[in-house]
Amino acid sequence: MGKYLIRRLLQVIPVLFIISFVVFCLVFVAGDPVALMLPEDASQEDIEQLRESLGLNEPFHIQYFTYMVGLVQLDFGDSFRYNQSALPIVLERLPATLELAAAAMIIAIIIAIPFGIWSATKKNSPVDFLATGGSVLWKAMPNFWLGIMLILLFSVTLGWFPVSGRGTLSHLVLPAITLGTGIAAEMTRLIRSSMLEILNQDYIRTAKSKGIRNFFVVNKHAFRNALIPVVTITALQTSTLVGGTLVTETVFSWPGLGQLLIQAVNTRDMAIVQASVFVIAFIVILMNLLADILYKILDPRIKY
Amino acid sequence: MTEALLEVKDLKTYFHTENGVVPSVDGVSFSIKKGETIAVVGESGSGKSVTSLSIMGLVGSPGKVVGGEILFEGKDLTTISNRDMRKLRGNEIAMIFQEPLTSLNPLFTVGNQISESIKLHQKASKEEAKIKSIEMLRKVGIPRPEKVYSSYPHMLSGGMRQRVMIAMALSCNPKLLIADEPTTALDVTIQAQILQLMRNLIHENDTSIMLITHDLGVVAEMVDTVIVMYAGQVVEYTDVYTIFKAPKHPYTKGLLDSTPKIHELKDELQSIEGTVPAPGTITKGCRFQTRCPLATSKCFNEEPELKEIRPNHQVRCWLHEEGEVTI
Repeated sequence: MGKYLIRRLLQVIPVLFIISFVVFCLVFVAGDPVALMLPEDASQEDIEQLRESLGLNEPFHIQYFTYMVGLVQLDFGDSFRYNQSALPIVLERLPATLELAAAAMIIAIIIAIPFGIWSATKKNSPVDFLATGGSVLWKAMPNFWLGIMLILLFSVTLGWFPVSGRGTLSHLVLPAITLGTGIAAEMTRLIRSSMLEILNQDYIRTAKSKGIRNFFVVNKHAFRNALIPVVTITALQTSTLVGGTLVTETVFSWPGLGQLLIQAVNTRDMAIVQASVFVIAFIVILMNLLADILYKILDPRIKY
Repeated sequence: MTEALLEVKDLKTYFHTENGVVPSVDGVSFSIKKGETIAVVGESGSGKSVTSLSIMGLVGSPGKVVGGEILFEGKDLTTISNRDMRKLRGNEIAMIFQEPLTSLNPLFTVGNQISESIKLHQKASKEEAKIKSIEMLRKVGIPRPEKVYSSYPHMLSGGMRQRVMIAMALSCNPKLLIADEPTTALDVTIQAQILQLMRNLIHENDTSIMLITHDLGVVAEMVDTVIVMYAGQVVEYTDVYTIFKAPKHPYTKGLLDSTPKIHELKDELQSIEGTVPAPGTITKGCRFQTRCPLATSKCFNEEPELKEIRPNHQVRCWLHEEGEVTI
């Protein structure tokens, strides 16, 4: 296991290099940030001067080399907008995003596990139709739309929760519901289909033949087996979760990584974009590693 | 004659599917005495497994016991509450399944799975259950039972897993053991070991066995009484000697003829032409009519009853209507 972990962690390095190259290329082709940084009536001379001072008139490979030299020292350069090193700005925003993602995940699990199990054990019952129908409906609602509807109802009309921002627990409620219920919709379906498959296995019949109460047959013998694919797929969907936080943070003005990234893209603040994407990629890779470890804990048949 | 432990009377288990009602078990009656071993034989689709699952109360949706009685020590299992049924299951009636490879939960240790029913039915503490589980593993001939106790099923071979299943089934000293083709998935040498093991354990505890099989060799070796099932019905029901010496139903005869015999060197093995008709497709006459070499016009028009042609020998066939005929 220890050896496996070390091997996996070493594999992270080339992956991060590839990602950084792709990000660099995307930012390179996205265009010149100088035009956005200077007033519209700036002279051609001023523009050239700024370009030169930022190193933007260098050819591609020189720019990439400078970028990589910085990268290995975890230096993504200075943000044009904040006039300071990019990575600390990004890392400063990270806790807010992690808070939102964790809250959303908790909500998703609280909804999806009981509904997923329930609809599988009561297949084709009203509960099942409610759960599967509800999850299709929920999945069909875009995050930004759901977020705005929640704000309209609970903040504007009822005044129960703040419209936007971060601070107290009540600030967290609406963005977490927006993000969490979307994940719950998908997870419910996943748990349902996984449970349906497991409930037909021979060992479930064996468990029943031992006289074990149905509650324990379902929640002990079946659910642990059903959890294996759910954990794997959920971890692989971390990137979807990140996508969700981008939108949700923007809707609720949640001061997280997502909001920062969107702003940086709009202002072509390359250093911030590169640092954010790098951090997000690192989190996604870490989550996948975590899934593999969980997989091993859940299933004794897996050997590394 | 000792009292019957299990009495099945006119059992009907139907499956309600989208294409209509499928009578998987259609009016089956038999009884098992204390300490008796009976075999239920027949091809796939004859209703053997559904009969056993009906007794266990484990027929899954869309199947349902729709008629008849299953009397276990006088109690009708078709009408008792779920709670009472759970108390019997794994405790007084235990079952071994066909597939040892898939019948154990892959995520729990062998010990956990055996002690689970001991804790449940005998109200044993964790330590007591562990001691008893290891003792059961030793009894079924597993070497190093302490080690196997904490192993996961995937670490064991098929034969070992079936031994674990037997240990699990017998851990609460059941009065009735239902074994659904317990050796089908195993190597021939392992088969013999498992059968020998079952026989020993049963004699020790005076357990009755209902053995479901299509292996007539196993039948000859193990059982007292044989029930031959065809298309959801009992077609012949008698003691094991009579079945082998003087079968009275053409289907039983066909089954016997299609078993290879070591002293009769033949190039081609005899078989019964065709397959078991899908339940519910034959509505008129004898259900074996399409495959019977001796069928007459009567067989196509009227359904024969299961008739006692002599004490302890019942046959469902028109041939013996006016007295026994040798076939």
